[in-house]
Amino acid sequence: MDTPLAIRARGITKSFGEVVALDGVDLDVAVGQIHGLVGPNGAGKTTLLGLLLGLAVADSGSLEILRTPVGRVLAVPDGVAGFVDGPGLYPSLTARQNLAALAALRDLDAGAARIGEALHEVGLTDVADDRVRGFSLGMRQRLGLAAALLTEPRLLVLDEPSNGLDPAGKRHVHGVLHRLATGGTTVMLSSHRMDDVEALCSEVTILANGRVVFSGPLAKLAAENRELDYRLVTSDPQAARRLATETAGIRVVDDGRAAQDTGMLAVQALLPALDELVAGLARGGIALRELAPVVSPLEAAFLALTEQQESSR
Amino acid sequence: MTAATADLDVAVAPPARRVSVARGYRFELIKLLSQWRIRLLVLACWVVPAIFVAGVSQQSSLPVDTLFGRWMQATGWAGPLVVLGFSGTWALPLLTSIVAGDVFASEDRLGTWRHLLVAVRSPRRIFVAKALASVTVLLLMMVGLTGSSVLSGVIAVGNRPLVGLDGHMLAPADAAGKVLLAWLCVLAPTLALAAIGLLGSVILGRSPMGLLLPAVVALAMQLAQLLPMPVAVRLALPSYAFIAWNGLFDSPTQLGPLLIGIVVSLVWAGTATGLAYALFVRRDFTNTTQDTSGRRAITAGLLPLVGLVALTVAVLAPATGATGSGIEQGKVQRSLATAFAHLYRLQAQQLHRPDVTEAQLRATASCNKGGGLVASEGPGNDWRCVVTWHLPDVAATGTAIYQLDITPNGRYVADGDGPKEVNGYFPVRTPTGDAANPLWQFDGNVELL
Repeated sequence: MDTPLAIRARGITKSFGEVVALDGVDLDVAVGQIHGLVGPNGAGKTTLLGLLLGLAVADSGSLEILRTPVGRVLAVPDGVAGFVDGPGLYPSLTARQNLAALAALRDLDAGAARIGEALHEVGLTDVADDRVRGFSLGMRQRLGLAAALLTEPRLLVLDEPSNGLDPAGKRHVHGVLHRLATGGTTVMLSSHRMDDVEALCSEVTILANGRVVFSGPLAKLAAENRELDYRLVTSDPQAARRLATETAGIRVVDDGRAAQDTGMLAVQALLPALDELVAGLARGGIALRELAPVVSPLEAAFLALTEQQESSR
Repeated sequence: MTAATADLDVAVAPPARRVSVARGYRFELIKLLSQWRIRLLVLACWVVPAIFVAGVSQQSSLPVDTLFGRWMQATGWAGPLVVLGFSGTWALPLLTSIVAGDVFASEDRLGTWRHLLVAVRSPRRIFVAKALASVTVLLLMMVGLTGSSVLSGVIAVGNRPLVGLDGHMLAPADAAGKVLLAWLCVLAPTLALAAIGLLGSVILGRSPMGLLLPAVVALAMQLAQLLPMPVAVRLALPSYAFIAWNGLFDSPTQLGPLLIGIVVSLVWAGTATGLAYALFVRRDFTNTTQDTSGRRAITAGLLPLVGLVALTVAVLAPATGATGSGIEQGKVQRSLATAFAHLYRLQAQQLHRPDVTEAQLRATASCNKGGGLVASEGPGNDWRCVVTWHLPDVAATGTAIYQLDITPNGRYVADGDGPKEVNGYFPVRTPTGDAANPLWQFDGNVELL
């Protein structure tokens, strides 16, 4: 049985005058998935998120949200919430008043208890009665998320939700998004923070110049990807270096001297060759203390794919 | 991060629910009234007029340059009219600027349009809710200005008769009704300015000019009203309704200009609101590069309103038969003679002389402008009039001279130029204390149509 889709887009094109913001975008996002949308500035991320929120309609192509075809502006079905270009908050109101006003506006079944709960979920209980005027960017982001939570969304669309978040705020936001996804809410988020995307998303779509250059699971992205740089810390750096040099498909990329001081080895390889090296280290009785990519697979793929797209223009 | 999808509800989502106008209206009101500057202005509208009327009424020096200012110690109904005159010139244009001129622009400034659209899902309803909320706040301010000045006047000075613009006495109940009606009439031009504010707010977005537009337009129209222009053009501007209420205090009431002023104002309100609505619902909220160009402001905002003025002039000129300034020798003479006769009775009463009716006085006036060297028409401070009257059982005819300063909108101040015992300055004792001779200086109104 096919996984049910919360978003299904085919051949979406959207232009603003001469500028083509989206060019034949196809997208499938499964229900209950946290899906990342990444791409360089001007790639069309915000435009795509705007379409999902119903703020605009595609010039051509088809879009289904929660199994409902969307053909008109502001005609997305109930259950879609979120924000693009930052959450819409009113600085003269307190955090609690912002949520209460929104709940009253949308006729939501959200009493004082539910509002308090939403504020607690995003870690804003202590500042619930402070005016939003004095809030930092991170606090505003969290309040925007709390506002979206009030609507009990089935599809949550977030544009750069991690902007301005401190570690505690990030923990709150990640926790909320994981809980929502576990409960069946689909989350579509854009971010420039690759670590966030990797920590949150099971699938990712990479946009460049309005086109989809990759869409699929993160694991597939890493597997499909070209050679990556890895950092290894072993119990015998010199022996490890020798072994790496001898292993097919492994290229040592550090200059040796700096690595000698730190005991670290930097290599470039595909995953199968790296597996072979790790097995060789084990066979040689060399303890592997640390193994990590120098640049995350997503970031490396992002850079490679977007640069490739840029050069092909 | 895929959840177990087996249990998920993947049925077709219900159609989007639009937020009702009533809920949107309440939301907009909450936002408006949460702003400290709006709260401060509402408070000021409810407090400052009371302090002003109570304070000025107790002073020996009265604001005689303002219509009804010279009667502020005589009756509590003069104060609200002084406040009305000031409000029409300054307060209401500024209040509409701050309230209506910012109601759309504030969302641009805060970057909240997309949030609001996602929540409400209807630009039309957002527009209606915002327009209604801003008008509600303006009404709250106007009720404050009216109520505060009326209460203060009646409490501090008293519920006493008011001298009308033609000198006749209005009983307290009549004065009360007309004062409230005058404030009600000013609602029409206020709505016109509010609509211009909405239009400016929609067209100019976060530009400060959007906020200032109603005040700038009101000031420009007031300056235009000071110019000697044809009466049809004067009546075609909504600002005329800010002064047309003067006609309520004449007898018979000058209803023509007042009704025209109200209708013109309402047409302006409708047109500007319609333009703002049409522009707003066509706005592309996803295109962040959209900005207001000067050309768009001119073609979408200024040109239609200039066209409306031209159309109104084209309708009013033949319909009213009004040509020229509307200030003609015959009208000036009738107005002055009528006011003199009414005030003569008041003076006689204050000086404890035998009462004499206006009919017995048979007052007439003979006026010319510029010493007869120029045509006796149009505004100016070079009008000179000789008033004559008769007393019962007295063979001689009384005469008195007045210098008139007539403004282009038909208002004038008559300044007594002798004989001193008739229209010179001397104090008279009244039930409310000493006051100046009512025939010395008084305000009057020439009906322009």
